[in-house]
Amino acid sequence: MSQHVPVLIVIIPLVAALFVPLIALRTMAWARALTFLALLGVVACSGAALTRALATGPLHYELGGWAPPWGIVYVLDPLSGGMALLIGIVAALVAVYTQPYLKSWSTSRAGIFLSLFLLLVTGLLGIVVTGDLFNLYVFLEISSLAGYALLASGSIHSAVATFRYLIVGTIAATFYLLGVGYLYALTGSLNMADVAIRLSDIGHSGAFAVAITFIVVGLSIKAALFPLHGWLPDAYTYAPAPVIGFISAVMAKVGAYALFRVLYFVLRPTEAASQVLTGLSWVAAIAILAGSLLAIAQRDVRRMLAYSSISQMGYIFLGLALGTPSALKGALLHVLNHAIMKGCLFLAAGGVQWRTGGYRLEDFIGMSRRMPLTMAAIVLAAISMIGLPPTAGFFSKWYLVQGAIEAHAWVFAAVFIASSLLNAVYFFRLIEWAYLRQPKPQPSLSSPPLYQELPMQMLLPIWVLATSVLLLGLFNQSVVNGIIQYAIQPEGS
Amino acid sequence: MGSEFLGMVNYWLSAILLLLGLHGMLMRRNLIKKLMAMNVMQVAVIMFFISLAMKTGGTAPIEQPGITEVDAYINPLPHALMLTAIVVGVSTTGVALALLIRIYRYYGTLEESELLERMQE
Repeated sequence: MSQHVPVLIVIIPLVAALFVPLIALRTMAWARALTFLALLGVVACSGAALTRALATGPLHYELGGWAPPWGIVYVLDPLSGGMALLIGIVAALVAVYTQPYLKSWSTSRAGIFLSLFLLLVTGLLGIVVTGDLFNLYVFLEISSLAGYALLASGSIHSAVATFRYLIVGTIAATFYLLGVGYLYALTGSLNMADVAIRLSDIGHSGAFAVAITFIVVGLSIKAALFPLHGWLPDAYTYAPAPVIGFISAVMAKVGAYALFRVLYFVLRPTEAASQVLTGLSWVAAIAILAGSLLAIAQRDVRRMLAYSSISQMGYIFLGLALGTPSALKGALLHVLNHAIMKGCLFLAAGGVQWRTGGYRLEDFIGMSRRMPLTMAAIVLAAISMIGLPPTAGFFSKWYLVQGAIEAHAWVFAAVFIASSLLNAVYFFRLIEWAYLRQPKPQPSLSSPPLYQELPMQMLLPIWVLATSVLLLGLFNQSVVNGIIQYAIQPEGS
Repeated sequence: MGSEFLGMVNYWLSAILLLLGLHGMLMRRNLIKKLMAMNVMQVAVIMFFISLAMKTGGTAPIEQPGITEVDAYINPLPHALMLTAIVVGVSTTGVALALLIRIYRYYGTLEESELLERMQE
């Protein structure tokens, strides 16, 4: 049983996704329970795999008993185990958060929604655990297809936004596939570890430069790196709140993970990789500033958070591109932190929309009294986004700045600090609207109730995430020393 | 030069198809045409992979009695990969068409300019 853990991480949500819509037709409560149990199973399996990987080295699972490099192999090292655990936990929390939404939908719609959600989780987990370049493409498309369907499940506007995302997302996936094709033509292998070994013998060539360019551009679009971010704000604006909460927290991070995996574990041994990284670092620095500035320009809180995500993805990419140990630690810690705090912000903002029907800044007036617990979670996560100690955001930025200094890249260190100030501008504006502005006296009879907190099922996930922001900040040393410093080292080096 | 070009002709063709597809996806204003351009681009990648598998004088990768040397058979792996890529392409097209039907039923148009006008109403 225990040797099958790596494959179970993917199989459990996949099988559950098949059965959930059928069970939902009979009893909705069982379908919800099955979804939650499947996600708990994922958390348990990836937790077990992570502890094993940390104690005894990476786990390998050969599908169908075909030895690599011919067969597909699943690899669970500290990096993929940690990512799988993060995906599982956020998914389980979002599954709890979705409950009130599911109750307001018809049974068939709710069943299909849960099924698509599980398929999205399957695809993301597959990207994380696979050790095969083509298999990564397949899982990338599984997660994208499920993501398109989920994003389009909102109002009619969401269909148009999703179609745009589908076109851009397919360009991204096709670029990645072409890059893999060039790598295959060069090395004759698709297994990540095998390609890395064979590339070190081949060295620099024109085809390799093409391959790396296609892969980096493709995965950067998937991760919504500025200026390839165009699809993201619209896609986020019209989708249901739980969907954006999950997708913003996890899906773009998995794109960053895939890029990290391919750049540092597969293409690392070569010279051309470092040139691409230099280019990527400048793009990422521009992304940080442009994302923050665009976020300041928004009056719709959801779009503001979406642009802030673009800026935060820039942090992660800049960390990856700088490539010093501290910068990589900071980038991975920021993957974790940003998933938690942006998930918290989107879920809490979704809660405000659940009560008021809107996402505009005006809708947040008076919320500090009407929904004090939800707003407190927003404040906590916002402080972490700005990067004030002792919240989690401070520490990942600390490592990133330290990494920039290690690389003697003073400009980038300045970019990190300037962006914190910009973050402060738009998050303090949100806090000001929620806490200090007085609601206008309502002319109509239907004035909103004075105190109206969210249902427990929505409040609990928000607060679990908000508490994690604080705990991750306080115990960041143990996360970095216990997991992340093992995650940044390719196997055998 | 002539034979070298002819030997590379399918790579040239796949590069041209890729650019045509990209151009269509980005520049066409009709959503159905965008989708068709997307399929053209996917075909370009399929052609690229299949060309990689080709060996001069190679036959279909089914074992024939007495022939054991590798060069007698073309490489089956890219074909298997592209079978998967075709499935992915078909599913993507299916999801896209479903979205387009929903958009068309509500707005009555698939022209991007008219669509943007209606969305602002």
